[in-house]
Amino acid sequence: MRKIDQDHTRFRDIVRGRIKHDLKKYVTSGEMLGRQGKHYVSIPLPQIQLPRFRYGDNKKEGVGQGEGEKGDAIDGQESGQGEAGEAPGQHVLEVEVSLEELARILGEELELPNIEPRGKQAVRSTSSKFTGISRSGPQSLLHFKRTFKEALKREIATGTYDPDDPIIMPVRDDHRYRYVEPREEPQASAAVIYMMDVSGSMGREQKEIVRLEAFWIDTWLRSQYKNLEVEYIVHDAAAHVVDQHTFFHLRESGGTKISSAYELCLRLVEEKYPPSEWNIYPMHFSDGDNWSSRDTERCIDLLRNSIVPHSNQFAYGQVKSSYGSGQFKKDLDLAFRGDDKVITTDILDRDGILPSIKEFLGKGR
Amino acid sequence: MGNLTPDLAKYRDQARELAVHYGLDFYEVIFELVDYDELNMIASYGGFPTRYPHWRFGMEYEQLAKSYSYGLSKIYELVINNDPCYAYLMRGNSTTDQKLVMAHVYGHCDFFKNNMWFSKTSRKMMDQMANHGAKIRRYMDRHGVDRVENFIDVVQSLDNLIDVHSPFIERPDGRHDPIADEAKEGEPFKLKAKDYMDRYINPESTQINEEPSVEDQAADKVAKDTQARGFPSRPVKDVLKFLLEHAPLEEWEQDVLSLLREEAYYFAPQGMTKIMNEGWAVYWHSKMMTKHLVEASEIINYADCHAGTLSTAPGQINPYKLGVELFRNIEERWDRGQFGIEFNKCEDAEVRRSWNLEANEGREKIFQVRRIYNDVSFVDEFINEDFAEDQKLFVYGLNQATGQYEIADRDYTKVKKALLNSLTNFGNPMIQVVDANYRNRGELYLYHEWVGQDLQFENAMQTLRGVHKLWKRPVHIETREEGSPRLLSFDGETATMVEIGASKPAEEVVGSPGEEN
Repeated sequence: MRKIDQDHTRFRDIVRGRIKHDLKKYVTSGEMLGRQGKHYVSIPLPQIQLPRFRYGDNKKEGVGQGEGEKGDAIDGQESGQGEAGEAPGQHVLEVEVSLEELARILGEELELPNIEPRGKQAVRSTSSKFTGISRSGPQSLLHFKRTFKEALKREIATGTYDPDDPIIMPVRDDHRYRYVEPREEPQASAAVIYMMDVSGSMGREQKEIVRLEAFWIDTWLRSQYKNLEVEYIVHDAAAHVVDQHTFFHLRESGGTKISSAYELCLRLVEEKYPPSEWNIYPMHFSDGDNWSSRDTERCIDLLRNSIVPHSNQFAYGQVKSSYGSGQFKKDLDLAFRGDDKVITTDILDRDGILPSIKEFLGKGR
Repeated sequence: MGNLTPDLAKYRDQARELAVHYGLDFYEVIFELVDYDELNMIASYGGFPTRYPHWRFGMEYEQLAKSYSYGLSKIYELVINNDPCYAYLMRGNSTTDQKLVMAHVYGHCDFFKNNMWFSKTSRKMMDQMANHGAKIRRYMDRHGVDRVENFIDVVQSLDNLIDVHSPFIERPDGRHDPIADEAKEGEPFKLKAKDYMDRYINPESTQINEEPSVEDQAADKVAKDTQARGFPSRPVKDVLKFLLEHAPLEEWEQDVLSLLREEAYYFAPQGMTKIMNEGWAVYWHSKMMTKHLVEASEIINYADCHAGTLSTAPGQINPYKLGVELFRNIEERWDRGQFGIEFNKCEDAEVRRSWNLEANEGREKIFQVRRIYNDVSFVDEFINEDFAEDQKLFVYGLNQATGQYEIADRDYTKVKKALLNSLTNFGNPMIQVVDANYRNRGELYLYHEWVGQDLQFENAMQTLRGVHKLWKRPVHIETREEGSPRLLSFDGETATMVEIGASKPAEEVVGSPGEEN
């Protein structure tokens, strides 16, 4: 290990600690979302820089060099002058953290259990590790220790072993070789189906909350499943499958018919994600207003007879809006009392995101 | 010496020979050829691979490595002020680049050895840094990594609070001889008189009459004692040293603090002479390269690299550019005799421009300049109207109306003033300890000499918390916000920022911080 690696590891540990410490802030502020790459998130960590007595920027002047008339704008920023010796400029330090690590931090902080995948869909995957031992093989894979062990056993058994002159000569029969033992590795896949109420009563803030929650749930589930598919459904009085961008930005208005979303969800499951091969996570977010109690009955019926039996867990997050009555959660709670595959949470504001995530993922399903 | 390829060793010898030929005087240079990763690593440690372990170096490394792999930056030269000098070359750079860097490095080494501001720096820093590393590692083993590291965090955040001039000053202790003083105080008031007249001019009778009452005397003495007990007796610029000597620190903490303070002093001259040092090195690499080392086939490559080094952006001063231009300007002026009272008095621009006495003192002059100046005096002494105009220097400021930074002025006095402002105390605020027994409660009172620019308050408060960790009693710093005095305090639990002496005129506040509240 190089010397710098120690310091680097130390730095990463500190970064991890800071993120963990301020997790709530990061979860609620959502500044990570815009900085998400495929595998990394870049996180601004201003507080990691050492504080110093240094100048602020109230003076707003500096010296430059170049063409231009008095009054011409310069397109540079504040001058770098003055920090000549060492130059940690004014910019905020950003560190990159892998999504996997982020999930681990989330998991540790919320004490989330690992998910035990449902079903036994074992996919044979060839592992390239030499885990087996065979009696034949190429010389290059000869396992010396095992070979000599065999030889020793044989010599002791035949009485030719002399402790005073412990010379062991393996013969052909003693030879043992490493070989690749094909292993069956279960490879679980999961499908998350987000459903969101985009009726008029779901405002910007409500959607932002859903967006944040979805990001973190995604991050966690991705760390648990190698293969994760995500579907987005929006609904008001009718439901549509949309892409991620639309999901979070669409603003519709109109009534709310939740059953439309559940029906669409069920169709998706039946068509694309057979429950025998997929771990299914329907997640529904709404402000709790439904069109009619008859539709709510229809929803409960759909959930009870089709969606819930197919899924690992059905999650319903009720985001508080100034218009929603919140009735739907009450109805669900009543209908599924005692069924721990159905989880409902109230998300009053951004601070409610973390507890809600814990509620959803804390069961380890 | 080093691990250069035979080719590079040949170029090194050429560059060295040329440097000697031009009169450069340097410690021997050991060039090491390293790959980019090693270079990033060494650079993260400030050039010292054996430095003490700290997460900040790891952070530095991550940033360097990332920025290199994204192609945003690349370290060309890394040279260590030491005897012998160590310089690192990056494997895989073109031969032209390597030649340039080697020539450049000889410039730096000459500067390290001869500039007076470096004269007090340790030339065995390579070894010393390794010793510091070993010591700090030992403390970590004994007291735990976290404890030592937290302490280092605090010290590092204060390591700009040193007095860069102090190595050169034989400071009188500042304390009077108390016995002599007391004797003088005991003497009654006398008019000045020659010995033989004394008896008549200051008759004993009048003195007895003027003697204050016993009570008055006692009160007087208490007041004087209190005043004398003011500690420190004069403001202390080297805050680190003050903390080292007076903060209640454990032995290992004292040791770590003193090691880091030593390192801060070692690095300080590099901050004080950035413009000169780089200018000097550029001057020599360009001279050696263009006159001798560059082959015809390499000229484009060289020009490209050289131009990159000297490029300017509108909102910035490039120390390489400013430095080399000023050195060249000085050389030319002294070659043509454009100095002295007669030249300075001349106001005819035409005459000034064509002024040529063929004095040919340019080379000699720049060698002298590199010996005795630092950035502040260099800029102050040599930037004149012609130079500022030639170099198109300007002051820019924020236009409140448009929210844009705009060119504010090209007047060279203003340019110079702004430049000097930014260079003073190498861009750090001036902070001193003025009272270590504030409110007679052992609280530490720091004073920031406000010169027009506010502190970054959030940072200042954080730093103050660090000071408190060392001082362990409430700590304060007096500064100003937009000109009006503020006192930032931290007592271990709460941080406050209050207005002070609002009714008093500003001047009164400056010298007597202990009397506020």
